[in-house]
Amino acid sequence: MMKTWQAGKRLLPMTAALGLLLAGCGREDLSVLRPQGPAAESSFDLMKLAITIMIVVLLIVYSIAAYVLIRFRRKPGQREIPEQVEGNFKLEVIWTVIPLILVVILAVPTVKAVFAAGNDHSNDKNAVKVKVTGHQYWWEFEYTDYGVKTAQDLVIPAGKDIAFELSTADVLHSFWVPSLAGKMDTNPDGTVNRFSFSAPNEGVYRGKCAELCGPSHGFMEFKVKSVSEAEFEQWLASMKAPAVLPEDPQLAETFKSACLSCHAIGDGTMGSGPSLAGIGSRESVAGILLNDDTGVDGAPILDNLKTWLHDPQSVKPGNYMPDPKKDLGLTDEEIDGIAEYLAGYTLD
Amino acid sequence: MDWITTVDHKKIAILYLWAGGFFFGIGGLEAILIRIQLIKPMNTFLDAQTFNELITMHGTTMIFLGVMPVIFALMNAVIPLQIGARDVAFPFLNALGFWTFLFGGLLLNLSWVMGGAPDAGWTSYTPLSSTTYSATHGVDFYTIGLQIAGLGTLIGGINFLATIITMRAPGMSYMRMPMFAWTTFITSAIILFAFPAITVGLVLLTFDRILEANFFNPLTGGNPVLWQHIFWIFGHPEVYILILPAFGIISEVIPTFSRKRLFGYSSMVFATILIAFLGFMVWAHHMFTTGLGPVANALFSVSTMLIAVPTGIKIFNWLFTMWGGQVRFTTPNLFAVGFIPTFTMGGVTGVMLASAPADFQFHDTYFVVAHFHYVIVGGLVLGLFSGLHYWWPKMFGRMLSETLGKWTFWTFIIGFHLTFFVQHFLGLMGMQRRVFTYLPNQQFDTLNLVSTIGAGLMGVGMLIFLWNIFITSRKPADAADDPWEDGRTLEWTIPSPPPEYNFKQTPLVRGIDAFWKEKLAGHKSMTPSEPVGSIHMPSATILPFLMSVGIFIAGLGFMFSRDTFGSDVLSFLFNNYIVTALGLVITFGSMLMRSLFDDHGWHIEPEELEGR
Ligand code: HEM
Ligand SMILES: [Cu+2]
Repeated sequence: MMKTWQAGKRLLPMTAALGLLLAGCGREDLSVLRPQGPAAESSFDLMKLAITIMIVVLLIVYSIAAYVLIRFRRKPGQREIPEQVEGNFKLEVIWTVIPLILVVILAVPTVKAVFAAGNDHSNDKNAVKVKVTGHQYWWEFEYTDYGVKTAQDLVIPAGKDIAFELSTADVLHSFWVPSLAGKMDTNPDGTVNRFSFSAPNEGVYRGKCAELCGPSHGFMEFKVKSVSEAEFEQWLASMKAPAVLPEDPQLAETFKSACLSCHAIGDGTMGSGPSLAGIGSRESVAGILLNDDTGVDGAPILDNLKTWLHDPQSVKPGNYMPDPKKDLGLTDEEIDGIAEYLAGYTLD
Repeated sequence: MDWITTVDHKKIAILYLWAGGFFFGIGGLEAILIRIQLIKPMNTFLDAQTFNELITMHGTTMIFLGVMPVIFALMNAVIPLQIGARDVAFPFLNALGFWTFLFGGLLLNLSWVMGGAPDAGWTSYTPLSSTTYSATHGVDFYTIGLQIAGLGTLIGGINFLATIITMRAPGMSYMRMPMFAWTTFITSAIILFAFPAITVGLVLLTFDRILEANFFNPLTGGNPVLWQHIFWIFGHPEVYILILPAFGIISEVIPTFSRKRLFGYSSMVFATILIAFLGFMVWAHHMFTTGLGPVANALFSVSTMLIAVPTGIKIFNWLFTMWGGQVRFTTPNLFAVGFIPTFTMGGVTGVMLASAPADFQFHDTYFVVAHFHYVIVGGLVLGLFSGLHYWWPKMFGRMLSETLGKWTFWTFIIGFHLTFFVQHFLGLMGMQRRVFTYLPNQQFDTLNLVSTIGAGLMGVGMLIFLWNIFITSRKPADAADDPWEDGRTLEWTIPSPPPEYNFKQTPLVRGIDAFWKEKLAGHKSMTPSEPVGSIHMPSATILPFLMSVGIFIAGLGFMFSRDTFGSDVLSFLFNNYIVTALGLVITFGSMLMRSLFDDHGWHIEPEELEGR
């Protein structure tokens, strides 16, 4: 054991160098290589160890290969038969034992980390419990302790452990926030998967669905918004505030009959669609139309809502929302009116 | 006609090669389309549904219909020759295996023109592959097509087992068998144990979809995770079915072109057996994120890492085979030499994936796509190229052009690394696999562009190879018996291409690398172990072809048994299982014919042999 550890230690400088190198890769809010929380860091540490060992292996193999290929090329006119070597017991034992040692160096911390990752926080009083349900092609988040349900944006208090319960309403999905933690599947057979992570730094992180779930699998994205404790409390409070309907009573009627058959606002019961409560404050519409007033990464929320409502299929092929115009019989004015209402429906 | 009725292993090899090449071409085309779609973010070249069908068919086609038959082609062409046999143990079954494979593959690909290809990924995870979420007949084509094709593979595997166990030339003990024969033997054993698992899985899924059974339906108590277990209990050994033959090829080519015997032969044999054994113990490493719990994850992590040990043994043994030898850079050896570093890359990323907590990040991302393409393309396909160039003169009597071969090698391997190396980083930077497009500004754009360019270059390599085959086929068939001059094994002792009966007299084997040994002793040919005598040959027959046609018709009939058709006649025929029955009558009728009419084959008499 001691020996193993020492060998591992010798690899440390290289691990550190590698870490620095890899940390240059990708966006901070998205890349596995730039972990922003302890769960992702634990995976990243193992990855660095593994990559280091593997680079050592590759270097050995490649140098031997290069040497052999240069040194033992057949020269013109070479006719004599090389010695027919049967093998070499000592050498063969060496290249059996060395890989074994390398495997042990990797296996020990792996097993440790496996059990550490298996630690779930579902009974931890300090953890925020969130029930995640995957739907083709959107994510539902229920804060069981607070009686709040939302969709697409997972708002969490920075630094706190979040205890997840994962399930699905239809097919398999996989819940993945690369910069915060590894992924976990949502199984349809009633078995609930539990895991947890925390995001010490405030910010918005990109989440993805990692299991093929239909045509719009690639668009089944979501955001994790890590905010201060106070902001989180405030968010909870305004989520619980009574729902706001469009001011124009006629528009309100249309909205209720056309949209609220599936969607919920406020604490209304959820239908087959995501909750729309406070959608004006979200990071995205439908998970992929990014709300961005500067127009660099997306468009202002009003534009995004209009894009979605005028043709949901072209945004997310195969999704289950009826087309407001074609299927629900709304006029362009009504659609734009609803879009304006939703864009203005913000949480304070 | 000759080709439809043949039972000669050499001709069946060629059939496998053309059929495999055909499907490989389709799979390659699908890959190019996928890469074109991913060339830039938010591309609209393909729609999402078509894209999912393409990835599903690309994976399924490549694994089951593209590389497997090419492996079988080489095994058929070489194994009887290498062990000094006149054919495989069951020539009739050999033909049957080919035809069921071909008709299964055709059935699967019919889905493109008959209302929608399968779209649930080549792994067909339930419930996405259930009728609720995949309503076209696509997945039925998958289950039934693969079932029929799998039958062929199983038959082939059993045949090779029997052949290698019973038909080795006198003196060829197991520990004198060429490495390719060894890996074929072990591969066949894996097929024997792994294919029944997928057979059962496919039957259950078929019943779920067509007869409304509930094996995998969670709403009625079925278990979708069960499918994952069944699939991977087959699926993991399957990757060893693919890679072991490549190991065998490399172990033949490197000694030949180093003019040295294989270093550490017995440890190679031992490592092969160990890999096969461990291959069965690690299926759940595909399921680390399914939520099996830390105990299972820890066990499957460690057992997976162990595979690195026998694999490492092989790599070092190859390197030390060349050590002290005289390495010649012929096209086959270029591919073999290119195989070593490339496959090693795939191997080391495999060990990285084996670490479950790290795999929580790798799983279902482009990192995994990169890993398994390094193993399958960088390992197996390079191995197959090596083997094809190596044995081409033996199979066809013509040497492929060395110049074009080298062009093939360089374009293909450079294109390959361009395509797949960058994908490791795409995965680590957060790109999941099986996405039909991706949002801009995630730093995925450049790497995807590079990857697509690489894919194009690989395509060019393939075209050069095809061109090489084409111009070679127009040259006279005048290859020498031992065209590489340093052949070590029995296939190089007979003419290229070999006569129908392979060996006029069965040779006597006096050691490893039997031919090389004779050459060192100053002999030009093998010592025969029998006098020239009458040679018994099996008769050609169309029955295997008919049996497969029957199964093909029955499969189609079963698949559409619940559809309503525009025409009453069609509805009547399909809904009452009349089409299914018709197909089965053809198949069982042919079987009956086979049993009732004994065919004793025919003989080639000594006068005829000498008359040549
Ligand atoms: C005109 C009335 C409607 C409006 C204004 C509306 C609005 C929206 C919006 C803004 C989204 C994106 C939500 C997000 O970002 O979380 C969405 C998604 C969705 N809606 Fe609706 N909706 C309407 C009607 C319906 C109806 C009637 C259904 C049910 C049959 C439905 C089902 C869905 C579903 C399943 C999604 C998720 C799509 C996905 O992301 O895959 N919607 N809707
Ligand atoms: Cu998905």
